[in-house]
Amino acid sequence: MDNFLWRALFGGIGVALLTGPLGCFIIWRRMAYFGDTLAHSALLGIALGFLLHVNLTVSTIIVSLVIAVLLVFLQQQKQKHLATDTLLGILAHSTLSLGLVTLAFLPGLRIDLSAYLFGDLLTVTSQDLYWIYGGGSLTLLCLLFIWPDLLSMTIHEELAQVEGVNITRTRLLFMLLVALMVAIAMKIVGILLITSMMIIPPATARSFSRTPEQMAILASIIGCLAVILGLGMSWYWDTPTGPSIVVTATLLFMLTLLRTYRMN
Amino acid sequence: MNTNEILVQVQQVNVTFDQYLALQNVSLTVKRGEIVTLIGPNGAGKSTLVKIVLGLLSPHTGNVHRDPEIRIGYMPQHLTIDPVLPLTVARFLTLSGVTQTHLLQQVLAEVGATHLLTRPLQRISGGEMRRVLLARALLREPDLLVLDEPIQGVDITGQYELYELIAQLRKRYGCGILMVSHDLHLVMAATDYVICLNQQVCCNGRPEAVTQHPAYLKLFGDRAGRDLAIYTHHHHSQTV
Repeated sequence: MDNFLWRALFGGIGVALLTGPLGCFIIWRRMAYFGDTLAHSALLGIALGFLLHVNLTVSTIIVSLVIAVLLVFLQQQKQKHLATDTLLGILAHSTLSLGLVTLAFLPGLRIDLSAYLFGDLLTVTSQDLYWIYGGGSLTLLCLLFIWPDLLSMTIHEELAQVEGVNITRTRLLFMLLVALMVAIAMKIVGILLITSMMIIPPATARSFSRTPEQMAILASIIGCLAVILGLGMSWYWDTPTGPSIVVTATLLFMLTLLRTYRMN
Repeated sequence: MNTNEILVQVQQVNVTFDQYLALQNVSLTVKRGEIVTLIGPNGAGKSTLVKIVLGLLSPHTGNVHRDPEIRIGYMPQHLTIDPVLPLTVARFLTLSGVTQTHLLQQVLAEVGATHLLTRPLQRISGGEMRRVLLARALLREPDLLVLDEPIQGVDITGQYELYELIAQLRKRYGCGILMVSHDLHLVMAATDYVICLNQQVCCNGRPEAVTQHPAYLKLFGDRAGRDLAIYTHHHHSQTV
């Protein structure tokens, strides 16, 4: 096997390990659209990275973090005239468009836009791997640290607060972790497909789990399986890697659906 | 147990939501070893007052004094678990911070729900959920127990059991209890002090006194008096 394929495999597995547990909270807290918004805004991060000549991962992380903080701030507003999903929709598409417009203004820049939109796993560099595993372990460690509080407030926010959980701080930390994950995972599955990696493996893991922790671990394992099968599919049939991973994840999900139906 | 120890004291509190007066000039005190019951019709501000006692909400005017040393056990009115979140009763109880299985079993035995330990939380009835929520509140070994509609969804025999249990809890844990109910007849017999709320305090005092109060009768009608009579009778025939 060639080196680039090994890198692709390690990169994909790293991302799957990361998106499993965080993705569980995304679906438990019904925040899929939030993840989507952060992913869309990542393109603005890339455009700004090109514009200001800084590392693209760094600029994407910064833009994602700013958007996450902005969202927490908007949600805390007492006088709300717009529903959260409306706000998210506005942010998602305006940042994506702003990113595309900014890229058009950069003279002489020839980039493969589809690599950013749909991912380009086969061009993963060793530096990308450092980001995935370095940033990924940091993100997972932080998640482990806030896990009990986050789980408690996901189940009942007021009960958690009475028991001493700092709601605002935990929510902010979680959103920052999602932002970090989006910036890290973008390279692998692309801006438009990140949400699927956050949602499909946890949804697949649900019917096999009895506790939240089981579901998180299983989501990571299923994600890894999707990456391996998707890469294989991409290798043998020359299909784009990002979408291939999502397609195999969806196939795994449908298999478990069949199992659930048979059990009922 | 110092029965005069004040756990929480709310004084002359006012709360407005969008120019709508939710609570007007309301005061409330819960002492250690005392059961205080809050009754009132829907929209009377019971939940708002509970939130103030718990510190989840700050009043616009008025004072709230809560002993900073006390631990609060809270039993919320609603808990719906999304089916996508796998959660057993045992895992739910460990969120209180207590993780030893024998302690979880012990507290479930106390509320009469031992058989639920390994059951998924989505697969238990409304009445069983009330017991599990009470168990979680008790695991904190509370000084103040706040119970929002503790018997909602519990069948009749279960209601007697739960009130009997709640009455015992204050002795066993040496705690004060604040209970919310729109259910009248059962509550009256298991409480020391009743506050009848409808945005403001309509009347308050010992249960026997409150049930004779004109404001109470106006709010709940004659039915309330009849129900109480039935229950009191029942209660005596059981205990004497």
